[in-house]
Amino acid sequence: MAVRIHIPTPMRQHTEGQAAVEASGATVQAALDDLGRKYPGVHQRIFENGQVRRFINVYLNDEDIRYLDNLSTAVKDGDELSIIPAVAGG
Amino acid sequence: MPNSVRGLKCRLCGKLYSKQALNFCTEDFGPLEVDYDYDAIRSVLDRSKIESRPKTMWRFRELLPLDEAPTVGVQVGGTPLLRADRLAAALGVERLWLKNDAVNFPTLSFKDRVVAVALSKARELNFQTVGCASTGNLANSVAANAAAAGLKSYIFVPADLERSKILGTSIYGANVIGVAGTYDEVNRLCTQVAFKYGWGFVNINLRAFYAEGSKTVGFEIAEQLGWRTPQHIVVPMAGGSLIGKVQKAFQELARIGLIADPACKIYGAQATGCSPISSAVKSGSDRHRPVRKPNTIAKSLAIGDPADGYFASKVIRESGGWAEDVSDAEIAEAMVLLARTEGVFAETAGGVTVAVARKLIEQGRIPPDEEIVLCITGNGLKTQDAVAEHLEQPAVIRPSLAAFEQLVEGTREAVLV
Repeated sequence: MAVRIHIPTPMRQHTEGQAAVEASGATVQAALDDLGRKYPGVHQRIFENGQVRRFINVYLNDEDIRYLDNLSTAVKDGDELSIIPAVAGG
Repeated sequence: MPNSVRGLKCRLCGKLYSKQALNFCTEDFGPLEVDYDYDAIRSVLDRSKIESRPKTMWRFRELLPLDEAPTVGVQVGGTPLLRADRLAAALGVERLWLKNDAVNFPTLSFKDRVVAVALSKARELNFQTVGCASTGNLANSVAANAAAAGLKSYIFVPADLERSKILGTSIYGANVIGVAGTYDEVNRLCTQVAFKYGWGFVNINLRAFYAEGSKTVGFEIAEQLGWRTPQHIVVPMAGGSLIGKVQKAFQELARIGLIADPACKIYGAQATGCSPISSAVKSGSDRHRPVRKPNTIAKSLAIGDPADGYFASKVIRESGGWAEDVSDAEIAEAMVLLARTEGVFAETAGGVTVAVARKLIEQGRIPPDEEIVLCITGNGLKTQDAVAEHLEQPAVIRPSLAAFEQLVEGTREAVLV
């Protein structure tokens, strides 16, 4: 499955400046791991001990993956993943 | 004005950043917080200096993150701390106060404090356009203060917000965008907009500065009590920022030698229909469980995924406090009780705070003979629909003395339904 992953501005220094990157995988985890193989700098900033860091939210087509099956959520061709800092609002 | 702000610092890893519109660490995405030089502040600030200044939040300006004198919200703060004996009697306690930000200037909520800091900072950083994601009170305040400062504003709110809160934003000429979704969705969208357009969003890229404004609630309470902290304080929680800043305020005053070490138990109040933080506290868990679809009349507190949930739970636990949540019926009933005992018409969030305080007192968590402060953060005129059905309709009579006498001799008494 090919999905498009949107990279937040401060992380783009680790994706050669790209705002969105193509990755493949059957689940959110697999797609993010694929992203990590291409751009290791991004992977270590998203994950800590195998978990998405506390202050990062991951969205599949604008839905927070915590309301889906989290990292195990299945993805399909053309889906969009967004990595968004969680320190906002209130 | 002496500059006591060193820069910004990640609350997780401690990485330092210069003063800029950035709310998170680029290494671990942890929140950035303002880093002060407390020794420098201690050497220039004392009680008499503060007491000699006008009664606004800016009397504590050395502990706020501006480089220049404030240019927005110069008159904000200095709200009353009311001794609430009649409410105390109703709740069965001896000494109770209300910190009444329902009468804050200019938009009748504690948000005027954070916005005064954020927009003054936005001007220092040369933003021309500002914005926010809001559950209502912040929308009102950003719109009003931006108008007064001649800044353009984009205000994003959940589309189903109370009409009076939307109207109280549009009146100031703000660009109001109702988003068909929850507050958390509004918030996520605003983060994306902030990245793309580079505007100054008060609770996104300016958040580190913005949040500091909330400390002035705590500073004022300590000063108004005669330079000391209460034994117990109850604070409403939405994003969970205010409660942490109240604690920080007390700690800072102690650190610069203006009060003794605070021994204040801090309690968080939420509505049961959106209680991720109180649930985390009650279940002893470290990570809150986000609420996908909040369902409560306390819309100003309806944040299902609070950014400071983790820190709020920690503050509560470490202070020896607790958290509780209350139903919509309890909220409305508490709004009525507060109005009828103290003459204070608070918004739904105030009802949450009073109802939670009552619950904590009934549970024996707050002892009846100790000092308690309740934080009232917003005005009931903005959320009238929440209590409308709990109030009796006014009597309508012919303009005759006889008609009035018939009414009075009857048993018409204004009671809670």
